[in-house]
Amino acid sequence: MSKLKTCILHTVLTIGGLLIIFPFLWMIATSLKTGIDIYNLSLIPKNPTIKSYLQVLQSTNFLIWFKNSLVVAAITTASVLFFDTLVGYTFAKLDFKGKNFLFVLVLSTLMIPTEMLVIPWYVMTNTFGWANSYWSLLFPGLTSAFGIFLMKQFFEAVPNDLLEAGRIDGLNEFGIFLRAAVPLIKPALAALGIFTFLGNWNAFLWPVIVVDQPELYTLPVGLAQFSGESYNQWDLVMTGASIATIPVLIIFFIFQRQIIEGIHLTGIKE
Amino acid sequence: MKLSIKGKQAMWAYIFIAAPLLFFLCIRIAPTLYTFNLSLHQWNVLSPDKPFVFLQNFTDLFQDDVFWTVARNTAVYVIGSVPVGLLISLIIALMLNSIKKGESFYRMLVFVPYVTPIVAIAWVWRWMFMKQGGIVNHVLGLFGIPQQPFLDSTTQAIFVVISNIVWQNLGFYTVIFLAGLKQISKTYYEAASIDGASPWQQFKKITIPLLNSTLVYLIVMATIQTLQVFTQVYNITAGGQGNPGGPLNSTLSIVLYVYQLGFKSYNMGYASAVTVVLFVIILLITLLQLKFLTKKYDS
Repeated sequence: MSKLKTCILHTVLTIGGLLIIFPFLWMIATSLKTGIDIYNLSLIPKNPTIKSYLQVLQSTNFLIWFKNSLVVAAITTASVLFFDTLVGYTFAKLDFKGKNFLFVLVLSTLMIPTEMLVIPWYVMTNTFGWANSYWSLLFPGLTSAFGIFLMKQFFEAVPNDLLEAGRIDGLNEFGIFLRAAVPLIKPALAALGIFTFLGNWNAFLWPVIVVDQPELYTLPVGLAQFSGESYNQWDLVMTGASIATIPVLIIFFIFQRQIIEGIHLTGIKE
Repeated sequence: MKLSIKGKQAMWAYIFIAAPLLFFLCIRIAPTLYTFNLSLHQWNVLSPDKPFVFLQNFTDLFQDDVFWTVARNTAVYVIGSVPVGLLISLIIALMLNSIKKGESFYRMLVFVPYVTPIVAIAWVWRWMFMKQGGIVNHVLGLFGIPQQPFLDSTTQAIFVVISNIVWQNLGFYTVIFLAGLKQISKTYYEAASIDGASPWQQFKKITIPLLNSTLVYLIVMATIQTLQVFTQVYNITAGGQGNPGGPLNSTLSIVLYVYQLGFKSYNMGYASAVTVVLFVIILLITLLQLKFLTKKYDS
């Protein structure tokens, strides 16, 4: 390819890339401005200040919401990693009656859209007295059919000889799963974990339905509520948005490789 | 009783899957059936009477003006965002695939929006597209274009939301397209070049057909995802009177309507009927698209 063509491509990509990250820059820039300055449309604040960060953190429940999101996402991710891996392994490597039927049954639940389930979940939550607890927030996500499917794919590539060796060494089936099989699919495990965590961290539909006490809001619900109330105080709203976004950006930059590889692994395998 | 090796393995298998299976039965399958059942009842949380009305909810639905508005809006969300989003990301992927250096850097830039919280970015959008003082109107002003009402307009608001959906999903599509492109062997292009095929011909005859399965996957996935749009609409167009459906419901989506019916008016029987309709649409589209798109390139 000619030098000129490469040069044009890079120029287009750089401009496009800047356009794509502009909303983030604009969000952070606004959060560092104050008063009338926020209407001064420059990307670099004249007098950068963290005043609105202090105000948001002191006068709202942001830190509590942050903690709630962290707890819910962490528990859900741990549960998904454990059960999806175990069930994926079982469907891939163990023989038992009804295996195909049960696998299809699990997989068919992928066709059900979440909004079809939220009303029954809500009724369940009220009937069983789960309302306003962490449990009510996290019970719908404890395992995922998609994760089971994904893990099954990966375990199928694990050679049977390895598992047999474990059996000869006298490990029980759970020991074989944990010691012989799981270590071989670590990249898939990382991808599933990161995606489950991010998905739950960003979740909105179910949390906004189920929780009505501000102390139990997750970050997205709290942010939506807070922004609605602080309408037109854009420095505060953008500060809230930054507080919710920056941790995710940090996670992304740390695990970038795993996240993108994870998408390759999940998206290509059909 | 002593179990054979096979029997022992089966026993372990049942132990491993027991709890998750119970979960799927109680948290996915039973609730789905319950929703079908609810949709046949006049079911309101506030009233103790929940009579069986058979298909009444569905016949009501077809005479409900708001439902038709919502159905039309949702169609606009899909038609407005899926082709544009896929086209832009295909172009980005093609560009990234043809540069030698910096691919992972640009890919990272494009991908960032996909992992960030929708709620946070929705509010950034709102701030950018504000009628007075928003940066978009400011930039338009620099080019001499008159100020636009955007979120206050019954015709523009939905496109502001669409731009947000497109922006947020570009990175995901791009990464999938790139993976698809990388699987196409370079020898095809070399052979075609020797035969004198132009880049456009190569794209049409090699890239598109070989990218078919990726394309099918993305179209189906993006369509289904957009049919369920909720968070963006809720946060970008929530009005001052607590009506998140935009001016005159012009941005109200199916799922947001379900939310209002079920959790604001507590009319859960009717809301369930709407979700059943959405479920059927999703099912049909999946089947149709898969059939239509796989057939086209089979020969």
